[in-house]
Amino acid sequence: MKGLNLPRTLMGTMANKNMKQQVMNGIRDKVLTLDTMNQSVKNIEYAVRGPILLRAMELERELQQGVKKPFTEIIRANIGDAQAMGQKPITFMRQVLALCQYPDLLSSPSFPEDAKKRAMRILQACGGHSSGSYSASAGIQTIRENVARYIEHRDRGIASDPENIFLSTGASSAIMAVLNLLVSGKGKNRTGVMIPIPQYPLYSATLAEFDAVQINYCLNEEHQWGLDVAELQRALGQAKAHCQPRVLCVINPGNPTGQVLSRENIEAVIRFAYEEHLFLMADEVYQDNIYAEASQFHSFKKVLMEMGPPYAQQLELASFHSCSKGYMGECGFRGGYTEVVNMDPAVKQQMLKFQSVRLCPPVPGQILIDIVTNPPQPGEPSYQQFQQEKKAVLAGLAEKAQLTEKILNKQPGIQCNPVQGAMYSFPRIQLPPKALQRAKELGQPADMFFCKQLLEETGICVVPGSGFGQKEGTYHFRMTILPPLEKLKILLEKLSQFYAKFTQEYS
Amino acid sequence: MQRAAGLVLGLRAGCCPRSPSWGRGRGRSWSSAAAEASAVLKLRPEKNGRQRILTPESMNPLVKAVEYAVRGPILLKAGEIEMELQRGIKKPFTEVIKANIGDAHAMGQQPITFLRQVVALCTYPNLLDSPSFPEDAKNRARRILKACGGNSLGAYSASQGVNCIREDVAAYIERRDGGVPADPDNIYLTTGASDGISTILKILVSGGGKSRTGVLIPIPQYPLYSAVISELDAIQVNYYLDEENCWALDVNELRRAVTEAKEYCNPKVLCIINPGNPTGQVQSRKCIEEVIHFAWEEKLFLLADEVYQDNVYPKDCQFHSFKKVLYEMGPEYSSNVELASFHSTSKGYMGECGYRGGYMEVINLHPEIKGQLVKMLSVRLCPPVSGQAAMDIVVNPPVPGEESFEQFNREKEFVLSNLAKKAKLTEDLFNQVPGIHCNPLQGAMYAFPRIFIPTKAIETAKAHKMAPDMFYCMKLLEETGICVVPGSGFGQREGTYHLRMTILPPVEKLKIVLEKVKDFHIKFLEKYA
Repeated sequence: MKGLNLPRTLMGTMANKNMKQQVMNGIRDKVLTLDTMNQSVKNIEYAVRGPILLRAMELERELQQGVKKPFTEIIRANIGDAQAMGQKPITFMRQVLALCQYPDLLSSPSFPEDAKKRAMRILQACGGHSSGSYSASAGIQTIRENVARYIEHRDRGIASDPENIFLSTGASSAIMAVLNLLVSGKGKNRTGVMIPIPQYPLYSATLAEFDAVQINYCLNEEHQWGLDVAELQRALGQAKAHCQPRVLCVINPGNPTGQVLSRENIEAVIRFAYEEHLFLMADEVYQDNIYAEASQFHSFKKVLMEMGPPYAQQLELASFHSCSKGYMGECGFRGGYTEVVNMDPAVKQQMLKFQSVRLCPPVPGQILIDIVTNPPQPGEPSYQQFQQEKKAVLAGLAEKAQLTEKILNKQPGIQCNPVQGAMYSFPRIQLPPKALQRAKELGQPADMFFCKQLLEETGICVVPGSGFGQKEGTYHFRMTILPPLEKLKILLEKLSQFYAKFTQEYS
Repeated sequence: MQRAAGLVLGLRAGCCPRSPSWGRGRGRSWSSAAAEASAVLKLRPEKNGRQRILTPESMNPLVKAVEYAVRGPILLKAGEIEMELQRGIKKPFTEVIKANIGDAHAMGQQPITFLRQVVALCTYPNLLDSPSFPEDAKNRARRILKACGGNSLGAYSASQGVNCIREDVAAYIERRDGGVPADPDNIYLTTGASDGISTILKILVSGGGKSRTGVLIPIPQYPLYSAVISELDAIQVNYYLDEENCWALDVNELRRAVTEAKEYCNPKVLCIINPGNPTGQVQSRKCIEEVIHFAWEEKLFLLADEVYQDNVYPKDCQFHSFKKVLYEMGPEYSSNVELASFHSTSKGYMGECGYRGGYMEVINLHPEIKGQLVKMLSVRLCPPVSGQAAMDIVVNPPVPGEESFEQFNREKEFVLSNLAKKAKLTEDLFNQVPGIHCNPLQGAMYAFPRIFIPTKAIETAKAHKMAPDMFYCMKLLEETGICVVPGSGFGQREGTYHLRMTILPPVEKLKIVLEKVKDFHIKFLEKYA
């Protein structure tokens, strides 16, 4: 009992027997263990920040401590984190945000007038004119209005209603919120959600967390990761036996696969969703990241509206955007929005209520979304610089997309589809039988084994295809194309060399 | 009260899914609003007879069951009235005063200059060359940027938060707790405290039927708890704070609640809000010791919501962190009791709600669970980095000798002493009104006075299918423009009625608000006598 500084009143009520036993054992069993925790959370997997990244962070620490490695730095090509790779922020965005954060700067001559005007307008719409007050749960009203106008402009005049816009904490939180609304039922009635394979693992992780049924439809690697409606039909048909398919998720441009859907393809997907009574979720966060000359981004919303009745009035759609990708790459601010189309007004109220429990999306992120959707206009002082910076980023990405495809395809055993959009290459790699054998012995997916070896020997951190899903017997990895051009070249050369060495070692 | 009773009944009847009558008798709750809306929809002829996929009937019933009074029907009504005022519709008042939420800046509180300087410097590093920013702000900005990927706030941070900020948080906790060690590995930065609390609860909830996780929460509570418990389909176990005793927490009441709960669930988590929200009490050290001993004895995971730790007003009250008391109780407790404690940039003297900054410290968490936690957080990528930067200033403020020290302290003291003044003023003025009783506001940012509602008003409310205090607050809003939250949104003993009001408006305005409430209340009593 020594060392227990207990109030005297407690001494009497203490369970003495219990206490002695525990003092003898020292540490007691925990309340929260792997066995007692939420099993759905336990089932979550998220490869993009999984074991490979954890190992990369360890290696980074070792390098800092001066441990000798065959490389001098870790290159984190595992995630689409543009500014971490050296991409510069768009000046105008940061100016407006800094003005909103520290309004004393509004009197500074070193900020352009158009940035000040935007900051004043935003602050006007904030409680107490401060970016530190809570916003409405759906986001600051004037920013929702700007988002709606932006969508109208993007979609050549197709109407967008600010009441259908919900600002969010990055696109991820909005995708989770909409999925959360959709999941219900038990046993065979449990909600099934169709996701592409390969997918961005936010989807599989969220479905695991919500205990929903994941329905895989495979993208066609032989046709540049095309989305084939016959495959949707197959997946749906099989799923109906064990769950209730209610949602179809499409990622366009594709992550990790980089394909850009054609207009005809989108129309076919919409018809399919309509006929099969599916709620459509369109992950369009890479809408500004289109590189291939023949490719063009078509929003699901626009195509849906142009298809007219009955689709335009009935198909339920949620589309997602973010300030983390595009030319902005402002991942850290967690800005995003979702537009819902044909959503039941009562459900919209539910969504708002649900969002209100978390109070509001971070206001700085909302401010950045405002700039994305309301950039400087011709004639404004910042117009030219804004356009220049934007074009420089996008042209750089286009060049890197091409370069990546070209260099990877030079290496026998690696096959890389064109990176038409987004920020990643997802090449297929042939792995020799001995490597497969070795991975099996280690209890690892073969591409995980490859990526781990790659990391240990070169410092390059990429994500194994098994984290995204792939056809059985095929192996891939996902790598961002974000490093600066010269660095990317070196990285790709190193990667090809490592691959050659690896296949030799295990053949 | 009604809610807890309904839940127990439902469970005893073996009815797991929540009944759709969840919100009945609680005023125009979200679910009944939804039901009305869907009734309207059904009357409208459906084109091609096609049903929507996502409807109030087909949606996730757990999400539907969520209620959050702080931004509930009263706030919606306030929004409508604001719109009407804008359109020039005449009302007995000229503005809506939103005293429903602890939103300091919205009520005119000025941001702490230093905090905003650092955040602006981090956002737009060109300013690092500007002579109009103090050196200590620049140094902090440089240090934060150096710890960010690509030296930019725009890069994702580690899912657990920027390393150097976690280190600063740990150092801050050590200082606060008189040297009790804190490990940066136990610090997780979050998107406001709400996100941390929901994350920890999510990981804790498991089991089915009688083994379903029970979560003990105070009544009155901050409705984030009931909302998250409801979303997670966990079992809410109520323990009542003692209004007659300044809302104190009584361990005997905890024991009663746990004993009763064991019949229908597995009580696993004990949530404490200190200083209390909405009740404003500050727990004594002795009370904290008792709670920790109780958690140890009953093997409960402790959640200490300490977001109001800087908001303690009377001279004879002091904030004691659960972490500190836990350590000082000796190794049997300090190496066994699992604890998560939460803090935020939104409250205190900062009031930076919009930045969604926060952190949690976990103690004695199983190492494997820490891995699970990081994995779960990593799906959401990272907390907003600007909020993390704001958090850094809270835990690493200017120190004596630094250029900004004096101004920082002046601004901080100004906010806190004003809040103390307003706390006293609110208590005094409320207690002058016949039929209103208000406990001392020892801490936090709210008054939660008990209001007497006459029988006739209760009957009228019932006829309107409203909780009596909801009816009262709606009338208050319609007649005075003052937006407060009814006690039923926080939970209260049956037959008692309360409201929550923030004490954040500027002193002069607060006086007017309180006078208006007084006049309203007297008129209300007369009308329904």
